[in-house]
Amino acid sequence: MNYSAFLQLNEELSLLTIMVILLIYDVFAGEKALRFFQPVAIGLLVIHTIINCVPKEAFEVAGGMFKYTPMQTYVKTILNVGTIIVFLQAHNWLNEKDSIIRRGEFYFLTLSTLLGMYFMISAGHFLMFFIGIETASIPMSTLVAFNKYHHNSAEAGAKYLLTAVFASGISLFGISMIYGATGTLYFDDLETMLTGTPLQLMAFVFFAVGLFFKISLVPFHLWTPDVYEGAPTNVTAYLSVISKGSAVFVLFTIFTKVFGNMVEQWQAILYGIIVISITLANLFAIRQQNLKRFLAFSSISQAGYIMLGVISGTAIGMSSLVYYILVYMFSNLAAFGVISVIENRTGKLTMRDYDGLYQTNPKLSVVMMLALFSLAGIPPFAGFFSKFFIFSAAADKGFYVLVFIALVNTIISLYYYLLVVKSMFLNKSEHPIERVESDVPAKISLVICTVAIVFVGLISEIYNQISLLGFGI
Amino acid sequence: MNILSIFVLIPLLMMIALFFTKTRGQINFIAATGASILVILSGILTYLYLTERQAGNVAEMLFTSDVIWYAPFNIHYSVGVDGVSVAMLILTSLIVFTGVFASWRIDPMPKEFFLWFCLLSIGVYGFFISIDLFTMFMFYEIALIPMYLLIGIWGTGRKEYAAMKLTLMLMGGSAFLLVGILGIYYFSGAQSMNLLDIAANHIPLGVQHYLFPLTFMGFGVLGALFPFHTWSPDGHASAPTAVSMLHAGVLMKLGGYGAFRVAIYLMPEAAHEMAWIFLILTGISVVYGAFSAVVQTDLKYINAYSSVSHCGLVLFAILMLNETAMTGAIMQMLSHGLMTALFFALIGMIYGRTHTRLITQMGGLMKIIPFLGVSYVIAGLASLGLPGLSGFVAEMTIFVGSFQHADIFHRVLTIIAASSIVITAVYILRVVGKLLYGKVQDPHHEELTDATWWERLSVVTLIIAIVAIGSAPFWISNMIHDSLMPVMSQLMR
Repeated sequence: MNYSAFLQLNEELSLLTIMVILLIYDVFAGEKALRFFQPVAIGLLVIHTIINCVPKEAFEVAGGMFKYTPMQTYVKTILNVGTIIVFLQAHNWLNEKDSIIRRGEFYFLTLSTLLGMYFMISAGHFLMFFIGIETASIPMSTLVAFNKYHHNSAEAGAKYLLTAVFASGISLFGISMIYGATGTLYFDDLETMLTGTPLQLMAFVFFAVGLFFKISLVPFHLWTPDVYEGAPTNVTAYLSVISKGSAVFVLFTIFTKVFGNMVEQWQAILYGIIVISITLANLFAIRQQNLKRFLAFSSISQAGYIMLGVISGTAIGMSSLVYYILVYMFSNLAAFGVISVIENRTGKLTMRDYDGLYQTNPKLSVVMMLALFSLAGIPPFAGFFSKFFIFSAAADKGFYVLVFIALVNTIISLYYYLLVVKSMFLNKSEHPIERVESDVPAKISLVICTVAIVFVGLISEIYNQISLLGFGI
Repeated sequence: MNILSIFVLIPLLMMIALFFTKTRGQINFIAATGASILVILSGILTYLYLTERQAGNVAEMLFTSDVIWYAPFNIHYSVGVDGVSVAMLILTSLIVFTGVFASWRIDPMPKEFFLWFCLLSIGVYGFFISIDLFTMFMFYEIALIPMYLLIGIWGTGRKEYAAMKLTLMLMGGSAFLLVGILGIYYFSGAQSMNLLDIAANHIPLGVQHYLFPLTFMGFGVLGALFPFHTWSPDGHASAPTAVSMLHAGVLMKLGGYGAFRVAIYLMPEAAHEMAWIFLILTGISVVYGAFSAVVQTDLKYINAYSSVSHCGLVLFAILMLNETAMTGAIMQMLSHGLMTALFFALIGMIYGRTHTRLITQMGGLMKIIPFLGVSYVIAGLASLGLPGLSGFVAEMTIFVGSFQHADIFHRVLTIIAASSIVITAVYILRVVGKLLYGKVQDPHHEELTDATWWERLSVVTLIIAIVAIGSAPFWISNMIHDSLMPVMSQLMR
């Protein structure tokens, strides 16, 4: 066997190296040296992102188990950047008394989920895909339960683990049916063999449930609000953006590539799922007081919007989807960044607590407002462009009614995003949150997000680059 | 750099400059300078436009510039103006200018107020100069969102309710619009989202039947089309003075302009077939708005309903689909913009002194604050269409144009709509009588002071514009008239 082919996996290898370095560092370094642990971790990840951000030629390793396409580099880079931002935001939280001794574990676990996502994204075989998704979800449940002495966090961890395992089981069942129906699990071979017979359709449905769970689409979303609320805020941010983003991309590639012949069937399924995801999540979001639960429902509806890129199944749909993930990442992380800063300093988390925030913390309120506007799709912020493109991609394939339903839902979503803006800017409070001073890493992360929200949409070069590598059915 | 892009650039620069200001003096200085530059710029643009036309340039859009923005979607940043847009740009500049002076003493947070105000004007200017559907839609939405905060923070009365209602309803309109725009682009098979390109292609008639109502209603929401007008009275009544001025004066014109530029221009066949439905709706707007204004007692509500009526007339005239009526429609946009801005400015000034807007609690103000009183009478006379002021020219043209249709349906509607002039006279004269003449209702009102210099500047500018259009309408109506040719030839198709 030719092992040198594995050197082509340089992105995976360099991430693995970082993990090993950090593990050794954490175990063997003394008290003094450990003070630099976090800057080193972030620095290494930045280097890792930079050296791996240029797309390579497409290749296959391990007989097609691992299939690389250039677009994957962009997706992985987006995930990397998101992880860096989450690390920056988690800096302060990890230095608290409770979590400082487990700091190394946080980085190790987070990076393992990231590695799992890499393999999931690049899978060319259902088993590789399954290994990837499991590597991503099991450490994730540990992360969710990271504040293990907090009742909510432990409960959320258990909830996440149980539902994730259950979903993986169903997914695996679907995969085994695919194997039973066709006798192979290689994506390339399956492309022609899956023609939409009833057995294959059933296999598809079982398989898709696992992914829908990961993306938390209705009706597989019931874990989302509780887990988002219970998990430490920075983990929630990671869960809502990185984990979701990778799963969405995989879903697109598998649906269009492997199930390309069953396009009518899965479009019909997705159609229903998009409509109920967006609508239901939006209606539930209106009633939320807790901001983390609020963002949980908002992220479910955002997932529904992202699916509009999938349903088109075109190259332009794919590039719009990747672009949407990018924009969504910056917007959501900005919102979570603000929430985590305020939660860490004051422990306040409900919408009513945010009354009059602009008077005491103008900068944080403005960042939060921009993030919410971007999520709602208000120009000139990036969210407007990503929404427009994804709607445009769906309309291109004739899904006008669906686009219209989605648009009506953006109005509902605007309503609840504006509720937060209203409480920060319009409402008066007797006891507003006092002035909080955010730490430098959190500030850096918020500045990155804000700059991205304002400029990513206006600079068309970013989208154009992504669109060069898009592919569809 | 293209002269048109400067219209967007200046408010942007103002925003950046405002960001670094500390005192109210600096803020006002920047706002006033920027607004004055915009007025001068619109003057220069008008001059350049007219000389260019005189030199025999018959291109549909002048001063065009086109930059590819998002190549995969064929989205360009393309700008260009014809006579109609020039007229709208003049209007916007005048109202931004007077709006700045009307909010000279805005409180609290003047800096934030002007930041949002500038963002709002970016949206409006951008909308009028764009000839690309995407950029047009983008600027349209940019103009909507600052309204929420402007009304929510600086408004009066039920401001939170009004702000939310306004934002959501207008966003609802833009949802219709976006579907319409995407449909227009994909079904026309054009190579770009440029209006002129799309107009050169033909949208299949079957599709037009869906897209025309979508786009027309989308813009109609902003143009106070019945039954989507309900945001307008609450919104206008709660907004701070300058925002009411800009909103009623300019933003509502976005609706009429968009309906004309997108719905009618791109889908002429459907316009012919479906105009009757919307004619009835706009007819209701016109009459219903006027009747509602009669029974209101709050000055701002009176004016808001009057705006519904007048803006309904704009859409009504556009739907008549003939040259004269459309010229009248554009003139009406101009005239109503100036007049309603003047009204809202005056109401704001009166409210700032008396702290009430109920006409039952005021009276005899003419003797106490004669400048504001006289100006109010002038605004009222313009509104009810006194010859010599702008309202007369516009309404006259509209009704002459719509009476050119020989069938009973159009004639009856015209007569009904024209009856609104009488009702307008009723509510205007009633207010003038109650508010300005008669006994002083509240002894405290005896000590009121008349307008300050910045208020006078703002009011006088608007009055001059109204009188100018009223007494010398032809240069502007010819400019508009000439620019209607492309639309007319589309409609003849």
